[in-house]
Amino acid sequence: MEIELRINGSARRLDVSPQVSLLDALREYLGLTGTKKGCDQGACGACTVLADGRRINACLALAVQYQGREITTIEGVDHPLQEAFVRTDGFQCGYCTPGQICSAIGMLAEHKDGAPSAATEHLAATGGELDDEEIRERMSGNLCRCGAYNGIVSAIKEVAK
Amino acid sequence: MTTIGQPLDRVDGGVKTTGAAKFAAEHFYPGLTHAVLVHATISRGRITALHTDEASAVPGVVAVLTHLNAPPLKPAPKPGAFNLTVMFSGTSVNYLQSDEVHWEGQPIAVVVAETSAAAREAAALVRAEYTVTKSVVDFEGSEQDARPQPNNPLLPRGAKKGDAEAALKAAPVSLDLRYTTPPQNHNALELHATTANWDGDRLTVYDATQAIDWFRTHLALRFGVPRTNVRVLAPFVGGAFGGKSAIWPGTILAVMAARATDRPVRLVLSRESVYRTVGGRTPSIQRVALGADRDGRLTSLIHTSITRTGPIGGPFEQVTAASQHLYAAENILARHDLVSLDLLPNTFMRAPGEAIGTFAVESAIDELACELGMDPIELRMRNETAVDPIGGRKKFSHRRLRELYALGAERFDWHERNPEPRSTRDGRWLVGTGVATAFHRALTLPVNVTVRLSADGGVLVRCGFHEMGMGAATAQAQITADALGVPFDAVRVEYGDSALPLGPFAGASAQTASVAAGVVQACEELKQTLKSMARKTGGGTNEEILRRAKVPHVEAVVGSDTRLGRIAGRARFLPNFLLDAQRWVKAASGVHFCEVKVDAETGETRVSRWAGVFDIGRVINPKTAASQMRGGIVMGLGLAMAEETLVDPRTGRIMNPSLAEYHVPVHADIPPIDVSFLDDPDPKMPLGILGAGEVSTAGVGAAVANAVHHATGKRVRDLPITLDKLL
Repeated sequence: MEIELRINGSARRLDVSPQVSLLDALREYLGLTGTKKGCDQGACGACTVLADGRRINACLALAVQYQGREITTIEGVDHPLQEAFVRTDGFQCGYCTPGQICSAIGMLAEHKDGAPSAATEHLAATGGELDDEEIRERMSGNLCRCGAYNGIVSAIKEVAK
Repeated sequence: MTTIGQPLDRVDGGVKTTGAAKFAAEHFYPGLTHAVLVHATISRGRITALHTDEASAVPGVVAVLTHLNAPPLKPAPKPGAFNLTVMFSGTSVNYLQSDEVHWEGQPIAVVVAETSAAAREAAALVRAEYTVTKSVVDFEGSEQDARPQPNNPLLPRGAKKGDAEAALKAAPVSLDLRYTTPPQNHNALELHATTANWDGDRLTVYDATQAIDWFRTHLALRFGVPRTNVRVLAPFVGGAFGGKSAIWPGTILAVMAARATDRPVRLVLSRESVYRTVGGRTPSIQRVALGADRDGRLTSLIHTSITRTGPIGGPFEQVTAASQHLYAAENILARHDLVSLDLLPNTFMRAPGEAIGTFAVESAIDELACELGMDPIELRMRNETAVDPIGGRKKFSHRRLRELYALGAERFDWHERNPEPRSTRDGRWLVGTGVATAFHRALTLPVNVTVRLSADGGVLVRCGFHEMGMGAATAQAQITADALGVPFDAVRVEYGDSALPLGPFAGASAQTASVAAGVVQACEELKQTLKSMARKTGGGTNEEILRRAKVPHVEAVVGSDTRLGRIAGRARFLPNFLLDAQRWVKAASGVHFCEVKVDAETGETRVSRWAGVFDIGRVINPKTAASQMRGGIVMGLGLAMAEETLVDPRTGRIMNPSLAEYHVPVHADIPPIDVSFLDDPDPKMPLGILGAGEVSTAGVGAAVANAVHHATGKRVRDLPITLDKLL
């Protein structure tokens, strides 16, 4: 079926069957390969993109359901986190990196909005400090098999300041 | 100013943080099709019927290849000890060439379709019928059938010194312990992927590989075309850890599908297909027995292992490799035994042998320290050795374990600990600390390199090496800049393409040192050329020399990519390699200091503090090297605390082939990891580099197990250390 997606600020038309995931639509139909496939079942976070500013796993989203939403992929990201990742060596192979960056952008917004995490001591104390433990808890949906977790946390902390 | 030793940012940081870096599944061709594998659901037998009509009828399906209609494929070349290029076929099975099934998960069909969704849908509709033959798939149940591992000149063997069994019996203090480790999978985040395109009998393949040249040679042999007709590109590899060094069925079948359909094919394995068609780490059953006098001097060290192989392949695992070099025991016995199972062959996984072998031996040393009432570092220092314990003749090119222990103990405040197990509490948490040694043999491989200096001052380094996250291009640019005395930014490095001069495979922690040797040699030759040009033209800067000589560039070439040149390279390499191995033990080493907190009620274990100190020889880039150390430790923490591939002992089926059910460390599991280096060049390695890829994974399992014992008083000898084992 013919659908229209808004991606990184522009409208893209494509012909997909209803079972095509947003992830496959991006990678296979639109050539936006910055968003990665690591498991195709919501377990690794490599496919994280922003839908209206909120982080989602594109592999668990059907493309047809995201018509009318503003999708941001790594190709549309221009954020201080990107340079911070390079400075703190928050990656090695780079495969999980687009997902980590998109996830971190979404996570920073969630924290700003006062959303608690499992690491939050008092649910009422919204907007508390984003310390290492909070960042690690909130980023745990994004796997990095190279083990660059220390650098990623440093990059996020640097930018969150 | 030298650039070696500077913590420079990676040269590929920009493309990796913007999504511009293209991995193997991200190269497009007009008319590109998508392929998906169908797996056998029995471990041994024959296919009696394959029903593919429903699959073929799915809109968009281009072909369903099975053993009944697949084009011919030459059998996998037999491994030869002296021809590395064909050694590493993942299995010896000739895919889709017969009705035989050799393992649960073997590809029995490939569906090719216009979209990946159509291919997946159709693959799920292929049905097979089988006759089942008896298979042996239970590792632990086969223990009594273990046989000695045959010798291979290129791999560490067992060892014998004195009579270790008799010395064990006579020792005033002795332990005889059994350790086990489960199968594990690499789980590089990038799924194995191949994009294959035939143009007549010329083949271009983008593949997630850490062994471009092996893939090229192997594909040429299997598909019966000259090697020069095959080009393999891997500009970026999304993690590998050993899982992308052998040639597995996905690559072969993608190339076959492209040939059969006369269309470009992309085959991205699903995560489940990775588990079913790409081997992982062998499980192991290990015995470590230690005999000592009351002062802690080892009189006997026995380390034996049982790992698995099978009729269709699987390399040996050098489980006792570290144990043979760590301690000055009077009597030593190291032995490797194998059981043969009808499973997907195992393969190299980060620090093969050492990762699991050090878990056993470094746990046992800790157990002996407890038995003796001695600090475990003191026990190790009493058994520290200046010569290789086996034979007593070979020297260590470099051995700094005393300095490593001293530095690490200081950074970690080791001596603050109360040695009594279960003596420290922090609220509901039992707190413990543990220590263990890391050790990994160093190696170099033959490489060809060209270095070109242009009249504009730019330098181009070309070598077909691999970037899987190590920061390989960054390190080689630093080495080149210093060797030629040019700015770092003037150097550009091309890699990841078989059209470039022959690079080494990226494994055995050998790539950086191997390429460095070639780069340094090429730069020296280039400087000689410039010097003789300067004599004729009157000197000046490099740019001035080239301008006055009216040449656009000068180039130095190390090695030759012709067939003769490659044979000559191997002929130079092997005698040197074997001679060197008789004279020196070269190894990277390190020490891990770990603190854990164990919930006294639930057994939940958190790693709360970590310090690692390492001797990897000269450190080219402390920023990327520290990342590699941390990465190795994180993988070791997975091995220690979570990772286990569950194989059904009745059917041989992997039961948890996904990242949801096979647990790797996540952000929340990893505390800040303190890493430091001695940064002391090894006198016998190129530029003093000992290799950084694997050493930090070794020893991690034992450091955690020892800390858990200190926290709880419970000794876990069977990995992973999950909470059920602490209740």
